[in-house]
Amino acid sequence: MSPRRGLRQATYRQRVMRQQMHLDVRHDAVAGDETHPMDEMLREDRLPHIWCPGCGLGIALGCFIGALTKADLDLDKVAVVSGIGCTGRVAGYIKLDSFHTTHGRAIPFATGLKLANPELSVIVFSGDGDLVTIGGNHFIHAARRNVDLTIICVNNFNYGMTGGQAGSTTPIDARTSTTPYGNFEYPFNVSSLAAASGAVYVARWTVLHVRRLENAMIEALQKPGFSLVEIISPCPTGFGRRHGERTGLDTMRYYHKHGVITHGANVHEAGIKLGGDIVEGKFVDVDRPTFLQFREDGLSKALGRNDK
Amino acid sequence: MSRRVSRPSTGKQGVLEGEFFMLGDDACAEGAICAGCRFFAGYPITPATEIAQRMALRLPETDGIYVQMEDELASMNTIVGAAWAGVKAMTATSGPGFSLMMENLGLAIMMECPCVLVNVQRAGPSTGLPTLVGQGDMMQARWGSHGPYSIIALAPTSPQELFDLTIDAFNLSELYRLPVLVMTDAEVGHMTEKVVIPPYDEIERAERPRPAVPPEEYEPYRCPPGELVPPMAIAGEGYRFHTTGLTHDERGYPATADDRVQWSLVQRLIDKIEKNRDRIIRLAEDEMDGAEVVVVSYGIAARTALWPIEMARAEGIKVGLLRLITVWPFPEERIRELAGQVKAIVVPEINMGQIVLEVERCAAGKVPVISVPHPGGGIHKPEIVLAAIRRAAGRESDL
Repeated sequence: MSPRRGLRQATYRQRVMRQQMHLDVRHDAVAGDETHPMDEMLREDRLPHIWCPGCGLGIALGCFIGALTKADLDLDKVAVVSGIGCTGRVAGYIKLDSFHTTHGRAIPFATGLKLANPELSVIVFSGDGDLVTIGGNHFIHAARRNVDLTIICVNNFNYGMTGGQAGSTTPIDARTSTTPYGNFEYPFNVSSLAAASGAVYVARWTVLHVRRLENAMIEALQKPGFSLVEIISPCPTGFGRRHGERTGLDTMRYYHKHGVITHGANVHEAGIKLGGDIVEGKFVDVDRPTFLQFREDGLSKALGRNDK
Repeated sequence: MSRRVSRPSTGKQGVLEGEFFMLGDDACAEGAICAGCRFFAGYPITPATEIAQRMALRLPETDGIYVQMEDELASMNTIVGAAWAGVKAMTATSGPGFSLMMENLGLAIMMECPCVLVNVQRAGPSTGLPTLVGQGDMMQARWGSHGPYSIIALAPTSPQELFDLTIDAFNLSELYRLPVLVMTDAEVGHMTEKVVIPPYDEIERAERPRPAVPPEEYEPYRCPPGELVPPMAIAGEGYRFHTTGLTHDERGYPATADDRVQWSLVQRLIDKIEKNRDRIIRLAEDEMDGAEVVVVSYGIAARTALWPIEMARAEGIKVGLLRLITVWPFPEERIRELAGQVKAIVVPEINMGQIVLEVERCAAGKVPVISVPHPGGGIHKPEIVLAAIRRAAGRESDL
């Protein structure tokens, strides 16, 4: 190590320590003895969170907590399941029964919870890579079965935690750390995939549209069956900075300019292109018996049971 | 043809009772139901499919849930989720599916989630011989998921024992909070024999330790003093706990920056099995007193060794049989003891030499250990095992 480099590192360390001290002081000044309305729903002893400045996950989590408290649920009967990735950390921050499972497998885990105890409201809160890339098979099959789950999929078009690699949602031509010359694969449209697979509720919102997002979450939580809320969210560190959006705020400005609210839009034509509009709104809201209802009805007939 | 069996008498909650002429795989399913299993998630695979079929038929009759998943990744994960919702849950598979389950077997180990995984072994590698016997997954059972851990694996030798050990597997999984493996094989799974199902109330059923403290005092991975298994809350009870596949502290919170937490967690996951070896390990021994040669085997290979053992005894060789009912944790103490007493140890198994490595390790060069391998697709010819026993006894063999 050159002396110069050693000096730079020491300076960096000092800078980080100064920042941390500054944050601690600010935290004490802000927090004091007072509690935030959301504190009751958060594992305060796990904060600060791991998410980068400008990330949309804090907003998504805030909306989620708002929705949970307004959806008229018995919070003791709510279970939150996450897979792996930045979004996968949500389960660790929320003060409910919460499960941080393996990569891509949050949906089958949640299926087990729900089927074994139908009284539970089971929410899967995870990222696009987790849910529709490595976990894509479970995603489509749970939608097909219409298992009564609420899926909250935060889509930031890349694998953030591992440093901004391409995935199945990465738009064509996008630069990521594994598509240095541009992405040459057709991406999944997450909402369209869910709708095509049988989801009974599908909505998409960006994290700019917080009230609409929260309302969509409430509707999804109350909807029996497989419901999806796709959240379009900035990842300045992994994705945005490679596309002219150096900060989360830049991406929020993009959402403001390019977000097109069209309820009932043809979801299959609402794909997301680099630099294009983001169609958002409620795309699907239909009624279909859930897996458990369907099963119970069928078994009652087959076994001659009247003890429903 | 209906697979529905005749029922001389049915015990509580649709559980069978009495004597049956029953397929091994069916006996496994009935054992699970007797043990209190009310959740099965699986994916069809030869030669384990009959377990799923039987569960699909029988669980609705016993207020249980059968769900057929899209693959074995999902099957394993779904039973872990179900177990966290408070039920006893099981899946069953064979080689290729077992490989797919390894990742989430690790999740169940890390989360300390009781459940049972049955592997009706067939011959591999890969698709191998789907309908034919193998015992090639014994080391995978021990080491197949990444990272350090200990596991419990049982090896039945008949449909009756498959029934009995499936119950044991559930009890062990609940007591020690981990996935327990029933490592059977295509011969036992597809064998039809007499199976006796005892009355419901005579079957012992263990339940996982449960928290005795209110939610505000509960920490999901804190053990009571002197114990190695933490009490387990289940979802929906108001404990509002967190669990993760990440290395975690007593609160269940990720602790990924410090190897001290890793040390204490992994050490406890191993200790809860290894320090209870006496309680967990079960062996079946036959004519071990004064034996000059001991055959160490398990599952169907131990059963097919019975005839060559008889033949060797008829020739005047003193042969004992040590059958591993519990293969993992491995009965190290007993093998070390034997190594000081016998002339040689013979290990027939339907793989190219897996458990023989453990026997050699414990024999530590004190006695010769003779491997009798078989790549799978069939059972050992009696004369092959006989020849090995003769060689072990120092007799000339013309084979």
